[in-house]
Amino acid sequence: MESASRLDKNHQLSLKELPYIVQWREDRCTRCGRCTAVCPMKSIEATVYTQRVVSSEGSGPEPKVSRRLTQVVRQVTDIDRYCIGCGTCTLVCPTDAIFPEYNFQHKLYHVKNKGGIPFMRGGRRNDPSQSTLDKLKFTRISMLTDPALDAGRHEFRIRTLLGRNLPAEQLPLTVQGDKLIAAAGSFVPPVREIYPIRIGSMSIGALSPHMWEGLAMGITYLNEVEGLPVVMCSGEGGMPPSILKSRYMKYFILQIASGYFGWDEIIRALPDMIEDPAAIEIKYGQGAKPGDGGLLQAYKVLGRIAKIRGVPQFVDLASPPTHQTKYSIEEAVAKMIQSMSMAWGFRVPVYPKISGTKTARAVLNNLARNPYAAALCIDGEDGGTGAAYNVSMDKMGHPIASNIRDCYLDLVKQGKQNELPLIAAGGVGKGGNLAANAAALIMLGASAVDTGKYMMQAAAGCFGDEYNRCNVCNLGKCPRGITTQDPKLYRRLDPDKVAERVVEVFKAADVELKKIFAPLGRSTELPIGMSDALGVNDKEIADRLQISYVC
Amino acid sequence: MCRLSAITSSDYFSPMENIHALETMKEGHDGSGLGLMLKDMAGPFADYKQYPTLSAICSNKGLGMLEGYMKAQGFIEKFSWEPPIKNVPGVERREHYIAKVYDYPARYKDRPKAEQEDLLMHTRLALRLMGEPDGSLFVFSFYPDVLTLKEVGDPLQLGEFFGIEKSGIKSRIVLAQGRQNTNYAIYLYACHPFFIQGYATMTNGENTAFVPIREFLTGRGNEGYTGYNSDSEVFTHIMHYTNRTLGYPLPYYKDIITPMKDAEIEKRSDGAALRLLKKSLRPLCIDGPNCVIGFTPDGTVFMVQDSKKLRPGAVGGKAGKYALMSEVCGVDSASPDRDKSTDIFPMKYDMVIIAPGAQEVQVWNQLHG
Ligand code: SF4
Ligand code: SF4
Repeated sequence: MESASRLDKNHQLSLKELPYIVQWREDRCTRCGRCTAVCPMKSIEATVYTQRVVSSEGSGPEPKVSRRLTQVVRQVTDIDRYCIGCGTCTLVCPTDAIFPEYNFQHKLYHVKNKGGIPFMRGGRRNDPSQSTLDKLKFTRISMLTDPALDAGRHEFRIRTLLGRNLPAEQLPLTVQGDKLIAAAGSFVPPVREIYPIRIGSMSIGALSPHMWEGLAMGITYLNEVEGLPVVMCSGEGGMPPSILKSRYMKYFILQIASGYFGWDEIIRALPDMIEDPAAIEIKYGQGAKPGDGGLLQAYKVLGRIAKIRGVPQFVDLASPPTHQTKYSIEEAVAKMIQSMSMAWGFRVPVYPKISGTKTARAVLNNLARNPYAAALCIDGEDGGTGAAYNVSMDKMGHPIASNIRDCYLDLVKQGKQNELPLIAAGGVGKGGNLAANAAALIMLGASAVDTGKYMMQAAAGCFGDEYNRCNVCNLGKCPRGITTQDPKLYRRLDPDKVAERVVEVFKAADVELKKIFAPLGRSTELPIGMSDALGVNDKEIADRLQISYVC
Repeated sequence: MCRLSAITSSDYFSPMENIHALETMKEGHDGSGLGLMLKDMAGPFADYKQYPTLSAICSNKGLGMLEGYMKAQGFIEKFSWEPPIKNVPGVERREHYIAKVYDYPARYKDRPKAEQEDLLMHTRLALRLMGEPDGSLFVFSFYPDVLTLKEVGDPLQLGEFFGIEKSGIKSRIVLAQGRQNTNYAIYLYACHPFFIQGYATMTNGENTAFVPIREFLTGRGNEGYTGYNSDSEVFTHIMHYTNRTLGYPLPYYKDIITPMKDAEIEKRSDGAALRLLKKSLRPLCIDGPNCVIGFTPDGTVFMVQDSKKLRPGAVGGKAGKYALMSEVCGVDSASPDRDKSTDIFPMKYDMVIIAPGAQEVQVWNQLHG
């Protein structure tokens, strides 16, 4: 017969239910206590066990059994404190005595809904399989019939245009003698020449001050020292007035989203701004969590962030899923684009960002007719976020590859592919192949790509991955100090090192892009829509994307 | 790499001169085809200069289709010519090689030139559409005072095949291309030179930016931007689009296919316009390797290189006759007694322009505009 106490454990989880099981080596552990101190989830704790010890001290075998108390590090099975596999314990352990191991049999999703609250997290879609972007290869190699270019020797111009490019027929040009003269004073929509890989929107509230500063310093260095015009989007929630009013503003895209957070400050700063932003992004949707608005959980709404956003501290800041005033794309969205354009005297490109969706083409076709729309940014299902319901992240959204391709081919049909640039986001660099993913999207028809999660991983060592590792960006507990407003955590992150890595990442990507474009025989303009260069060894993908099937 | 041979002259000359020049450059073409385009003609066509000439290859069925269609459209045949074909080994003879001169349908006689040109283009495209599925009819050009001959085979043999010496055909401008077949099966519509409404070009090299350019051109709403059996056809259409549709002076062709760096653009007096063009016509930028030779409706002949000058090109001759060839031996053949020290090898910023009458060669430099 079983004891009553044992039956009582029936409603507890066993370690086998948890996504990560902590392996702890007693023989190596010095009991320093660093792991338990650093664990962001309090998943491990120091405790004592009684141990059965068999010893023999005499000259012959005289085994004696004794019991002794010993200190151990034990993993807890409380679902609120489940081990997220971040590995911070491993990082701080002086003797490599502890590490988390992924448990493929876990039942996290079955149980992580206590109190009727669905599982929420940060990160992106937990799908570790190879993405479509990673399956694409560049198969049109210039060989003998047309000399391949030399990535080291030939001049390359890896730049793209952000803004509405007027069709040549509408340019204010007149022929005078044998020259074309641009009529002075006539309106031409603003167009920025930027680097085709941008840092996508990550808000100042979602990121820690050190992370944000690191990124900002990195792109400033890239622009001013390396000559790479990389721009970065503010995300929702505004920017510090010190930057708004600085000459660095030109490297930033200001985002306005449905909560309009931070825009009081921006409007107030407007008269004192000495540089226009690179662009204004109106966020209508986000690939990671389509249909959900932005969310900054109360843990992260501390003093500075509250001030920038113009809200009280310690409250959940949820932006509505949609812009409440936007009832139709023809009028209200057009008006929003126009009012934003007007605020900066029509000197700044203004474009919407939507989440990847089957209806993207309808949006696109409408924007194509709106002469003020400067671009369309489409954020695919593999985009990242600081906080969302797991179900939104894992099950909602549209892959970026076919979405971009469909939109591009629609523009081609209308002859507007150069007029309205498409910006592709969501999963760029997911498998670590930033340049290759960017190049593939460009050849499918994107004018530029956004990357966010990759930057956090590459520049700041973010632990997050598609096995749901870490992904507690929503809780303000980021063990790397990337997505937290807690000074105890973000002081771990050195902004200078982040900046240095941002620069390294872009310089390396630039070399890789050249290594891709040169053998294709392209160097002067970005090979936007050069789909003949792409191949894939999956017939269905090939057919869907209208590229060649290779095997 | 295909070999290109163009001659522009103040006097009429036989296209055999171009063919001989191609022969000297034979190492570069494998005799897989010849395209000849004559402009400003003498000989049998001398009396019909203002009437559109339709150049085609067709079967008996295709010829019937052609005649029926032209009649139905109200074109009045004024003159019909077939080259005096001589069978030569290695050249497969098709049923008809024809050039027919027409008068415009009555309702078009007094229309502006541009409308007449549109009619000619639409007619050419309609005939192409009818004849392409079964290969019964290929139409290469339909325009006043322009004749096109194309066939698969060795250029010299084709000269004999077409009986060019015997036929007495002559002109002041000839574009000729000796084909080096690379990526594509030999298909008549893939053979250079390409023609649209008075513009013709031929190219060597491959155009790595072909697909984006093709997609851009097909979106311009011009029915004539079609075909593209060769990646070089876009060069003709870019010229047509920039010069005829947009009305830009000729040298802007160079600025569009090979835009300069921003710092270089700043130094041009028309820099503001170039900055706009570079953005609006971004998809027309090529990366080469290409040398393009062509003519415009007024009889100006030009040569341009890609921005890295990845293909050769040479221009030489003397007042009254100049040769634009892919190699100097071709120039030697066409103009043996010229002063070789005046030969021009256009570099990456250059556009060679020779006005009708071939009195002088102008080298337009992109840096200075
Ligand atoms: S892996 Fe992270 S969550 Fe798990 S025990 Fe170690 S520090 Fe704690
Ligand atoms: S390291 Fe920080 S940013 Fe990365 S997944 Fe963990 S909590 Fe999120």
